[in-house]
This record gives sequence, C-alpha cells and structure tokens, in this order.
Amino acid sequence: MNRFLVPLGVFVALAVVLGIGIRHSPDKGIIASPLIGKAAPQFSLPALAQPERTVSTQDLKGRWYLLNVWGTWCGECRAEHDMLLKVHAAAIVPLIGLDWKDDDAQAQAWLAQLGNPYESVAVDRSGRAAIDWGVYGAPETFLVNPQGIVVYKHVGALDENTWTREILPRVQGTPGKS
Amino acid sequence: MTVRSARRRWLPLWLLLMSAGCWALDTTVLPDPVLQARYLGLTHELRCMQCQNESIADSPVDLAADLRAQVREQLLAGKSDDEVRAWMAARYGDFILFRPRYSWRNAWLWGAPAALLLLGALVSWRIVSRRTRLLAQDQEALDEDLRA
Amino acid sequence: MLPELGHFALILALLLAALQAVFGIAGPMLGRERWIRAVSPALAGQAVMVATAVLCLANAFIGNDFSVAYVAQNSNSALPLFYRVAALWGAHEGSLLLWILLLSLWSVAVAIRSGSLPPKFAARVLGVLGLVSFGFLLFTLATSNPFMRLDPPAPDGRDLNPILQDPGLAVHPPILYTGYVGFAVAFAFACAAMLEGRLDQAWARWTRPWTTSAWAFLTCGIALGSFWAYYELGWGGFWFWDPVENASFMPWLVGTALVHSLAVTDKRGLFKSWTLLLAILAFSLSMLGTFLVRSGVLVSVHSFAADPSRGMFILVFLIIMIGGALSLYAWRAPLLKSDAGFELGARESFLLFNNVLLVTAAATVFAGTLAPLISDALHLGTVSVGPPYFNPTFMLSMLPLAALLSVGIHSGWKRGRLKDKERMLLFTFVAAAVLACGLVFGIYRHGQVLSPVAATVGIWILIASLVDPLDRWRRGLTLSRGVLGMTIAHMGLGIAVVALTTVQSFTLERDLAVSPGEVAQVGAYELRFQGVKPVEGPNFDGVGGTFVVTRAGKPVATLTPQKRQFWVQHQVTSETAITVNHGNNLLLALGDDLGGGRWSVRVQVRPLVSLVWLAALIMAIGGGLAASDRRYRNVRVTAGAAANAVPGKA
Repeated sequence: MNRFLVPLGVFVALAVVLGIGIRHSPDKGIIASPLIGKAAPQFSLPALAQPERTVSTQDLKGRWYLLNVWGTWCGECRAEHDMLLKVHAAAIVPLIGLDWKDDDAQAQAWLAQLGNPYESVAVDRSGRAAIDWGVYGAPETFLVNPQGIVVYKHVGALDENTWTREILPRVQGTPGKS
Repeated sequence: MTVRSARRRWLPLWLLLMSAGCWALDTTVLPDPVLQARYLGLTHELRCMQCQNESIADSPVDLAADLRAQVREQLLAGKSDDEVRAWMAARYGDFILFRPRYSWRNAWLWGAPAALLLLGALVSWRIVSRRTRLLAQDQEALDEDLRA
Repeated sequence: MLPELGHFALILALLLAALQAVFGIAGPMLGRERWIRAVSPALAGQAVMVATAVLCLANAFIGNDFSVAYVAQNSNSALPLFYRVAALWGAHEGSLLLWILLLSLWSVAVAIRSGSLPPKFAARVLGVLGLVSFGFLLFTLATSNPFMRLDPPAPDGRDLNPILQDPGLAVHPPILYTGYVGFAVAFAFACAAMLEGRLDQAWARWTRPWTTSAWAFLTCGIALGSFWAYYELGWGGFWFWDPVENASFMPWLVGTALVHSLAVTDKRGLFKSWTLLLAILAFSLSMLGTFLVRSGVLVSVHSFAADPSRGMFILVFLIIMIGGALSLYAWRAPLLKSDAGFELGARESFLLFNNVLLVTAAATVFAGTLAPLISDALHLGTVSVGPPYFNPTFMLSMLPLAALLSVGIHSGWKRGRLKDKERMLLFTFVAAAVLACGLVFGIYRHGQVLSPVAATVGIWILIASLVDPLDRWRRGLTLSRGVLGMTIAHMGLGIAVVALTTVQSFTLERDLAVSPGEVAQVGAYELRFQGVKPVEGPNFDGVGGTFVVTRAGKPVATLTPQKRQFWVQHQVTSETAITVNHGNNLLLALGDDLGGGRWSVRVQVRPLVSLVWLAALIMAIGGGLAASDRRYRNVRVTAGAAANAVPGKA
C-alpha cells in the first residue's frame, strides 16, 4: 500500500514548490544583482556636455549617489524622467547619469528639452561600463553608499514607491525594508 | 504564443546603429580555429540578458553583440573558459550561465539523472526478478501436472 | 452584441459542463439511469456553446471589433485577414478558449464512439472530461475572459506580435493543443476505471486508439513548433530546452511510455498499475505545462503575460485534479495484481526498460525545467539551466533506449526466444555500424566519439525494424495496421537519431563581415554579397540583403535575408533565408550594419536537419496508422468478457 502513495507524496511536494514559486514570482524577470553588497565597478568616462572633463566613480566616493542608466532611444527612460526631476528637486541624493550607447547630440537635446536631473552625465559609448555594472536593459538605477558599495538596484522606470520605500530609508539610515 | 514585447520595449537599436554605425561590432572570425571553437561554445552557453531565452550567440540585440565582443577580447587575451564564465557571472549573476555551476548547491541537479537511472534500474530488477520467478513457478506447476 | 453572446455562451457551457460532470460521475455511483443518459446531451450542449463562443470571438477579430480588449491587444486593422483569425489563439485568453474547444471536441468524439463501451463506464469517462472542462471554463470566466470590453473602444489594435505573423501560427497551436488535450481522454479512461474499481484488457483496448492518436497529434505539434522556431527565429536552432518547449515534451515522453504500457496491458494484462499511473501522469504533465506557461513562475520566451493570481487558480485546479486522481490511484492500484510471468529477454522486459528510460528522461527534463523553482524554494540560491545540462542528460537515457529498441522488437511475448534471432541481430548491427562509419568518416570526415555510436544505433533501428515486415511481405502475409504503424513509427525514430547526430556533430557556423562584391567561403559553399536594399511589407519595412550562393562554382540559390521593423510594435525581427542543397540546410541571417556598406551576416550549414522534422512526421503517421487498426473498431462488450473482468486478475 505504501508505495502507491509515493506519486501522491511527490505531487504534494511539487505543489508546495510551485506555490512558493508563485509567491516569489513578481520578482521574476528582474534578476537579483550580484553587485549588491560589493564595491561599485570603477569607470572614468567623458562627461556629456564637456568631453574634456571626466566623470569617475573615484571622485564620487565619500557620498551617496544614484547611478541612472538611460538613453534617448529608451521609451521607459522617457517615462521615468519626471520622477528623476523630482529626485533632483528633493536634493537628498545626487543623480549621476550613465548615457548608454547613445548619440551625444541627441542626449544633450533631450536634456535641454526635458530638463536635466543629473549632477553629471557620463557617456558610455561602447557599453563597456554598463556591462561592468551588469546592466541589461535601460533604465536601471543603482544606489551607492559613501564607502563605494552598491546597496540597491532598481530595474525599470524609477517610481515613487521605490524612492520612498527602498532608496530614502537606506540613505537616511533607517533600517531598510524590502 | 510568444509575447516578447514585454522584453523588447526599447526602440530598435539597429535604427540607431544605422544612423551612427561607427562603433558597431566587427564580427570577423577569430584567427585561431581552436579559439573560434571556444568562442562559439562560450557564446552558446551564455544567456542573452535582454532576450532571456536566447544565447548571446543567437540573439540579435545590441547587448548580445557587446557581450560577444567581450568574450572575443578575453579569449584573445588568453583567459580560460572558466575565467570568462566567472567574469560574466560576477556582473550578471549565475543566471547568465546556461550550464549550472558544478557546486554542492547544484549537486542534486547534476546528480539527478544518474540517481534516477539507478532508481529505474533497481525497480526494473525487482520487477523482472519477480516475473521470472513467477514464470518459473508456473512452469514447475505445469511440469508437475504433466508428471502427475 | 456578439461578444456578449459569446460571453453568455461560455457561462452556459460552464453550467452544462458542471451537469456533464455531476451526471457522469454521480450517476453511475448512485445508479441513476436518467442521469447516465443525460451526460451525452449535456456534453453536446457544452460543445455547441463553446463553439458559439469561439465563433463570436473569431467574428470580433475578422470584423476588427476593437471594443473587445483581447482583440485590441492582439490585432490591428492592417493585419492580413489570415492572421486576424489566427490571432484568436495568439495570446493567453484566446489560447485557453482553443484548449476548451479542443477538449469539447475530443469529448464529443469519445461520446460518439462510446457505443461499444458499457454505459456506466462511458458516463464516467465523459463525467471526468466534464470536470476538466468545468475547471478550464471556470478559470477562463474568472480570470481570463476574452470578451472583456474596452470603454471607450480602442481606435486601433496593438497588433499581433510580429514573430507570430507567420503561417506557423495557424497550425502549430491547434495541432499541438489537440495532442496536449487529447491525453485528457486517457486520463478520463483511467479515472473511470479507478472509480469503477476495475481495469482489464478490454479497458486497455478501448484506451489505446485514443492515446495513440493524441500522441500522434502531439508529435506533429511539437515538430511544427520546432520547425517554426527554426526558420522564424533565424539562429538555426530548432530545440532550445525552453521551459515551454519542455512543457510539451514531457507529456510526449510519458505519453510514449503510456502507448507502450497499454500494449502490454492489452496483450498480457500486465503493468496495469503502471499504465494507470502513466495515464494520470501524461495529462498531469499537460496541465502542469499549462500552469508553467501562464503563471509567470518561469522565465521563458514563450510565456504569456505573467499573472500570479492566474497561477494560483491553476495551481488549485491542479491540486484538485491531479491530487484527486493520485489519491484514487493510491486507493485502487493495490488491487491490480497479476501473477503472470515473463523472461528477462521477453518483450515485456524490453517494454519495461523502455518505459523506465522514458520516464527517467521525462523526470530529468522535469528536474532541469523546474530547477530554478526548486532551488529557490529550498533556499539553494538561483540556478539557471539550459542546453548544456539537458543535452547530455537526455542522451544518457535515450541512447540506451534507442539501442535496446532494435533488439526489443524481435523479442517474443512471455518468452523472448532471442536465441533464434541472434544471428540476424548481429548481422544487422554490423551492417548498421558499417553504414554509420561510412556516413561519419566517409561523407563528413570528422566527428566526436559519440557520432558513429549514435549513428549506428539509429541506422540499426531502421534496418532491424524492416526485417520482420519484409519477411512477412516476402511470404505473402498481410501486415496489420497496428504492426505497420509500429514499424513506421520506429523507423521514424531511427531517422531522427541519425539526423540529430549529424546536426549536432557536423553543423558549421560562421559570423562574417562582408562588403558588396565580396565572396565568402563557408564549408562547400561560396557566398557573393551583392548589397542591401530597402523592403516593404503590409505592416513592416526594413532592409534585405542579397547573396548569390554557389557550390564549386555551380549556382545554388540567391538568398535574401531581411531585417524587418514592424510599424505598430516597433519590434525588429530577422528573417532568415534558407535553402536546401544536397541534404544540407544553408541559413543566412542578416546581422548589423557595420557602416560603409559592410554588413555582418551569420551563415550556418546544417546537414540533414530537415530529416528531423520528416522523422517526426513519419512517427506521427505511424501512430495514426496504428490507432486506426481494425481490432480497436470492433470492440464489443460481451457477457463473457464482462464476467471475466474480475477486479485484479488478468
């Protein structure tokens, strides 16, 4: 009798696994970044408006900053732009832009037309820096602490919820919740 | 049945390339056939993070091309296959690997096929020995009847 | 107005399915004659209502009714009529409706052919089918109603996903689903037997044609999907072990085991509990597949828009149906003992090994497919599984199976009598090995260690399968459809093994950069690039490259791979150009514009890949032929047979 119960037993175990899978599934498609808790990848790239100047992660050490990966070809980036302007206006954390595989003239026109939320914009024409940060689709936003450690990554357009629930608590030192 | 639009929300990158194609990839063959074979092997084993069910060898998107260029560069610089995989996984997580890592965590996965075969063999052996025994018993009974 | 009619029809279908289920299952239990007789009419009503709903939705697509949300999301006024109809099953809600339609059609077919079944048993079968229909209809109405309206109506639709705008869409889902859903019939037969408390050889004979024909459809459906992916996606791959591909492959593997297990139960009254379990398993895997595709638990290029609430619903449905069936199994299976014996070398043995290996293969695919979920649930971190896992592990079970096949088909029932066949088997094996080595080393001149081994196995199947039929033909004996079908199906498998071996071992793949006028050499072919020019289609535009292909100077073809951009969804697809020459498939896919007229292009030379799909077709034909054997059409229950059907004994 016992061995005929085995299929049912296996199925029950499977159902439990699937149930857990469903509960976790809203996070699927958004891959957990292996950079969380590690040092931010270094880059030193030309700035958007002034190519003689460089934007480098070394210079940014010592304070919190948000690295926002974007491009003029990216529809969602357009959608999140207003949110970014809000973040800029709040003046709590500076936004550093990473212009990914984009055209300089178009990028400048975009910022001129829509407003510039960035303290500075690094131009990643080759995509090398973006790969180092594990970027796979714009827009993506990384929160880096003063010690240069990546503490949070958001994939997709930045929204109010993420700003208030994930980013602000971490910056302001209140225990982060997820 | 395929709904890729959720993943390809971004405007076609090739349009962009056509307008400013100077940084586009040169995809000529690697000089050394051994390297070329390794290149193909590796690019088929790495997941394209944008079209997440294609390898970077097969995916037409820009990110895949960039990652392929990375693989090329590293192979030309003399890195081993494992080093290339580790480099990719350090940036994108284990998800980028199509070959599950050989680790204790994945032991159940890699061990499953052999374990299942063993289980199957045991079950088969039990069944066959029972049935041959039954056949022998039948035969004995028949012989006895004939002798009787 | 018609969408509302469709919606209403679905609600009626739900009610009728409920009646079908209640009458079918409770009727025989309580001995209510009237209920038993009401099952078929309820089913007929349900089928008519479902058909009505489908017609209403089709009408909305054809008439460009963008006030229906589903139409607005998946169609467009610029979409050609052919695709507007096929778009009906292009996304989640509509494909569910297709599922339900096919389930009702299978149920109707069973009802029509149920004249030779005892009424109570037939009622139970239809009742279980009604229960499944009820579940899917409830799911559709509750979470995935295709008739939801948009207010205000959309000015135009979002267009069908460009990748789906292909003739493949018209055939692949319907045929695939026909197979997928068809296993519900075997499931229903199994449940009916368990409810009845009785399973005998007659039961196996009733179940076989339904199972084999569902299997044949599934074989075709999977092959079509693979073929479609091959020329549509453009990277020369035809099987990627994608979770959704696996979701259809696992039922196929278990279904194959089921077909063979039924043969043993039919012929010898053995393996009854195994057959029962396999019947439950096959459809359970179909249902699981439905779950995986629509719940968002797994990442897949095929998945429909993910929705956890849908996932939860299906999971509960799964628990009820599969948990219920497996509980019945745990209750009834212990009674199914038999004392018949057989030798180690008997056909029963080989079929046992066959089934063990198939189930092992299915379990391996299962492990790999669900590994991300299992790993996550057990807190083992994330893991990602792809072809580097599936290919070797699948071969581990399947190569031994293919090798045993050639011997197994010559073994006798009960007593193998293989001693008499030893010489023939050795001879055919050697012949196969010689041909295989000729193929691997003579024609292709390179390969891995496994290539000649696998090729030998494949060719051996071909030769060994022909021995008996040729012998019978020579002696002027007829061949029953069952045996003929089996032979053809096995030969199909042999061809598949050979083709897969050549493709895996001898494919050439090159990424090249070419300027207009340049000639590139790939394998035996020369490709002259003649530049690109713009192309325009009904709902897209793009560029097409022109390549003149020659082999040793002789013209082969002019290929024009394209890159298309679709107006509405802004999606870019690559149209591969394919030509066949001397058994090789030559594929060209346009890459990127490298500036200055230079373009990158991917070239692949794939030998014998077309044989893979031909092999699948041959297998399906064999299955179809076997299912139509005369002995299944003349099964009538006599008083004697019914009296012999004592619980448990053969």
